Amino acid sequence: MDIILEGIRQAFILLVTFDPEVLGITLFSLKVSGTATFISLFIGMSVGTVVALTQFPGRKFVVSLINTGMALPPVVVGLFVTIFLWRNGPFGFLEILYTPTAMIIAQAIIATPIVMGISLASMQQLPKKLRLQILALGATRLQMVRILIREARLPLLAAVMAGFGGVISEVGASIMVGGNIMGYTRVLTTATVMETSRGNFDIAIALSIILLLLAYMINLVLTYVQQRERPR
Amino acid sequence: MKRTGFILCLLLALAMTVSMAGIAAAQPVQKNVIMATTTSTQDSGLLDVLLPIFEKKTGYFVKTISVGSGQAMAMGAKGEADVLLVHSPAAEKKFMADGNGVERRLVMHNDFIILGPPADPAKIKGMKKAAEAFKKIAASGSVFMSRGDNSGTHSKEKEVWKAAGVKYEGEKWYQQTGLGMGQTLAVAAEKKTYVLADRGTYLALKKGLGLDILVEGDGILLNIYHVIEVNPKKWPKANFAGGKAFADFMVSKETQDIIKTFGVEKYGSPLFFPDAGKKEEALGK
Repeated sequence: MDIILEGIRQAFILLVTFDPEVLGITLFSLKVSGTATFISLFIGMSVGTVVALTQFPGRKFVVSLINTGMALPPVVVGLFVTIFLWRNGPFGFLEILYTPTAMIIAQAIIATPIVMGISLASMQQLPKKLRLQILALGATRLQMVRILIREARLPLLAAVMAGFGGVISEVGASIMVGGNIMGYTRVLTTATVMETSRGNFDIAIALSIILLLLAYMINLVLTYVQQRERPR
Repeated sequence: MKRTGFILCLLLALAMTVSMAGIAAAQPVQKNVIMATTTSTQDSGLLDVLLPIFEKKTGYFVKTISVGSGQAMAMGAKGEADVLLVHSPAAEKKFMADGNGVERRLVMHNDFIILGPPADPAKIKGMKKAAEAFKKIAASGSVFMSRGDNSGTHSKEKEVWKAAGVKYEGEKWYQQTGLGMGQTLAVAAEKKTYVLADRGTYLALKKGLGLDILVEGDGILLNIYHVIEVNPKKWPKANFAGGKAFADFMVSKETQDIIKTFGVEKYGSPLFFPDAGKKEEALGK
């Protein structure tokens, strides 16, 4: 128990003194996971919406793939992204292994199926008659999609939260493609792993608490946006 | 929704510009040096002290990839690292014989120690020969916790088992964590088993661990670190100049002086002993 109290004390000290290293790591975690979530929103929501609103042969198979992707293990993503980005790998010419860019790519790959799967489910649960009604009122296809997205914004924001939550908390891919380089690719999770293996449990606990606070604050903001208007 | 989409596109564009700029800047002179190393150099904090000095002096940017020595050498053999700082002499010799490295230079050493619970069920405390101690652990059937990850520590452990002439693979008392040194020590402490560890990591984690040093000082337990530059003939993409600069830095007098005193303040004794320019065979004599 002492160690947890000591960790909380450390977290408090690190926070109120604005420890430059911890502050840097925290902002960097936010930047990487935030960018990755944005990319995943772009891809995930568009593909999710298209799959939700169209019919095509093999659709069930595609949906099952997307749903499986929601359980994509970060280490598997990390391993494959690493192999692809190796100097002598197929994308080695980019020279982005062990850079923040590589971390964003890996995290976007993790978050995309999550966003896609939830978007798909949330668009699909809208009543079919709504679509007919919107079209009957003379809306174009694009206008219809926009109205549908607005209708489904509660679960769609849940998709954002799930996607962000998935990547801010993952460690396997970040440590493999980023390398946990001090002041360059170190994020809260990889720093926690390192401090644990160094036996600095108090600092590790402090970092965990900061990570939880960060996740809480982001989700608080998103929840406020989500619950701004009373749900239908 | 429209505005969100706009912001989204803007951010995407921004992210791409930033990454492109990074690539463009890196092209003319290869500034990045990928150094693959064992976990102990990072976990002990030694690299945190040395790297800023090196980077300030030379302008290179070191990307430390801290893995087991086995994986570090695998990276070097694939040309995915420029320079290695490792402690697995037998595997290193093979690495050099295969033409993967250009030069292999002695940097420093410390030693491995056999740890165990204070109760010491196999009664090995104070034994002089590591192999004899391993034999006793095996004979008593006390659990031995291995790294099992092809790291330098794991290879050393296999070397000692071989010297002891004991069959250990698949035995019930022989367990593997597949984790780094720090985590393996934590598992061993929790389960009250025997374990082989490098002294640096043990000193760093000793507090509250509940494992005692039972056997130390045998010649076979030396833990020797070398720095190896990856062969640019085999891997033209490797940053040979950067790797060489780092290797030169590691054996320079300035660095060796830092190594000599590193950890004294915090742990009461140095974690590593500088050895640049010495012969490997002369160590521990």
